[in-house]
Amino acid sequence: MRSYIFQRLIYMFFVFWLVSVVTFVIIQLPPGDYLSTYISRLEQAGEELSEEEALNLRRQYGLDQPLFARYLKWIGQVLQGEFGFSFDWQKPIRDIIGERLALTFTIAILSTIFTFAVAIPIGIYSATHQYSIGDYVVSIIGFIGLAIPNFMLALIMLYIAWKNFGLNLTGLFSPEYLDAPWNMAKVGDLLLHLPIPIIVNGTAGTAGLIRVMRGTLLDELNKQYVITARSKGVAEVKLLFKYPVRVALNPIVSGLAWLFPSLISAGTITAWVLGLPTAGPMLVRSLITQDTFLSATLLMFVTILTVIGTTVSDILLVVVDPRIRMERAAS
Amino acid sequence: MLRRFDIRRAKPKEQSAQLDESYYLASQWQLIWRKFRRHRLAMFSALAIILLYSIALFPEFYSINDHHQRHVKYAKAPPHTIYFIDEAGNFHLRPFIYDMTQKLDMETLKRNYSEDRTKRYPIRFFVEGLPYRLLGLIDTNIHLIGVDEPGVFFPFGTDELGRDLFSRTMHAAQISLSIGFLGMVTSFVLGCLIGGVSGYFGGSVDLVVQRVIEFLVSIPHIPLIMALSAAFPPEWSSTEVYFGITVVLAVVSWPPLARAVRGKLLELREADFVMAARISNMGDMEIIIKHLLPSFASFLIVVLSLAVPGMILAETALSFLQIGIRPPAVSWGVLLQDAQNIRSLSQSPWLLIPGLFVIVTVLAFNFLGDGLRDAADPYKQ
Repeated sequence: MRSYIFQRLIYMFFVFWLVSVVTFVIIQLPPGDYLSTYISRLEQAGEELSEEEALNLRRQYGLDQPLFARYLKWIGQVLQGEFGFSFDWQKPIRDIIGERLALTFTIAILSTIFTFAVAIPIGIYSATHQYSIGDYVVSIIGFIGLAIPNFMLALIMLYIAWKNFGLNLTGLFSPEYLDAPWNMAKVGDLLLHLPIPIIVNGTAGTAGLIRVMRGTLLDELNKQYVITARSKGVAEVKLLFKYPVRVALNPIVSGLAWLFPSLISAGTITAWVLGLPTAGPMLVRSLITQDTFLSATLLMFVTILTVIGTTVSDILLVVVDPRIRMERAAS
Repeated sequence: MLRRFDIRRAKPKEQSAQLDESYYLASQWQLIWRKFRRHRLAMFSALAIILLYSIALFPEFYSINDHHQRHVKYAKAPPHTIYFIDEAGNFHLRPFIYDMTQKLDMETLKRNYSEDRTKRYPIRFFVEGLPYRLLGLIDTNIHLIGVDEPGVFFPFGTDELGRDLFSRTMHAAQISLSIGFLGMVTSFVLGCLIGGVSGYFGGSVDLVVQRVIEFLVSIPHIPLIMALSAAFPPEWSSTEVYFGITVVLAVVSWPPLARAVRGKLLELREADFVMAARISNMGDMEIIIKHLLPSFASFLIVVLSLAVPGMILAETALSFLQIGIRPPAVSWGVLLQDAQNIRSLSQSPWLLIPGLFVIVTVLAFNFLGDGLRDAADPYKQ
């Protein structure tokens, strides 16, 4: 068990290194770099830049060196906690991404909790009431949740909130609380704004999980041990929760490994529509303005945190399921 | 609760006794078709998909107006209401619309549209209109629906520039649906190739490929796709961007496919019927063609039909964020750009209609995939 966790952690650090290489290469792909955009912008503004000055700027940012050397320089700084300077925001990257990444993951984790809290009871209900009206209603809603693009759901919910309640729920705070110090009213305001991103992010995952939960539980309910237990007179509720539900939870826990990356993915677009101060909109903007270091850092952190989430869920699965523990120990 | 399951499980036996001789003589594909036909939702979805792809093939035939033309007099016009009963209470079998007139509110500068009940335009089918070239080959001017001149007909309303949203949605189907299809084919080729190699050679090749797949799966898709498509040079033409996005989508989505292909290959290699064929001295090629491919093909069709909706959703999201398909080319995502903020949405909610097409397409592919999966499973009655 301990050696498995150790192996998993080693592998995780190897993946971190791969992530850093891949993100760096991706970020180098765009033709031209931020500096050329920056220089042309200066020229448009009427500032003349001599050939020499441009060259100096390039050297200052290390853009004249080969790719490999730039990677080494970059990763060296990253390991010291220096992510470089954002051209676009005119601020050190370290200062601007912390809060956004924290918010991104808070929302992702809350969405995960929401997904589980909704999907598991509904899955149990529709498996035990197969082919009832409730089962059909849940299935239809689930399918629509799967098919509707997240950003569209966000738009529709915004529209409904605005039309029926006169609320503008974009962002995480109302304008009057944006710079206000933390107090009860501000927390209340945040609680008013949080449900939409959480529901919107969670919907697609919820729909998928309900189907998985329903399917596996139905399979379990048909097994001999359930019949045996019932024939021995075990009460229905106890019968249901003692074994079949526990077994059916397994694929759900292992599903956490893919649920988390997809929540982060989906969150990027929803956050753009909802105007949330998370990493997603910042990434989109940095990609459009070719703010190389910022987009590299964001992409890297989002991926690294996702990999941590995946690793945690893998370890969780081993803790939950003794069968996997045995299998891993044997191999 | 349990009694119900027991009855269901007992059913197949009774049924199989009643099945006639043709059932036992039917080929694998005939059996699949039989089971698929019984799945009503999947049949209906298949029809919907055929209709949608016919729109993608002949968008000009389905559209009413030129999708680039700006109807200045009708900017931000709401969809026309279609009537069967006129002012006088008379019923018309042929549906009709009323003329729309615009009035500018001088205080808020908002355009208000009202119906002019005196002018009535019946909706006609297979009307002559704008000339176009069907599939780029045949010159024609027949459109599915339309109204007589000088009337105009906007079933989905118009956008800010007065362009007909219905015709734009029809044309957008072309890019949105073909990207899903092309991306699926490309990632299918990649997935089969890499998954096949991994499953066939096994050993260290397999190990490396599996690790690479695990790594790629753990990167969040959308940010990765965004970073890759933001790398397209701005001077690229619409066609180049289109193919670029197809390639990016394929590159990002092959890993799950490759994993599925490998898993299925390993499973089939060990299957009893393959062993039996080998023992009875069947050649490798013959085993592959007669046994492996048929069991593999049905599996692949299912996996592929479930892969298309993901591509369509990703393209829509990309274009919506303005890093996908670029105007003047239109896809459903591009059309949804207009509905990006609450202000334009509250003034003209009909701008969300192209999104309905996305939902219907994705639903249809999901149901089709489910139906195919049930039909292709030989152990399911």
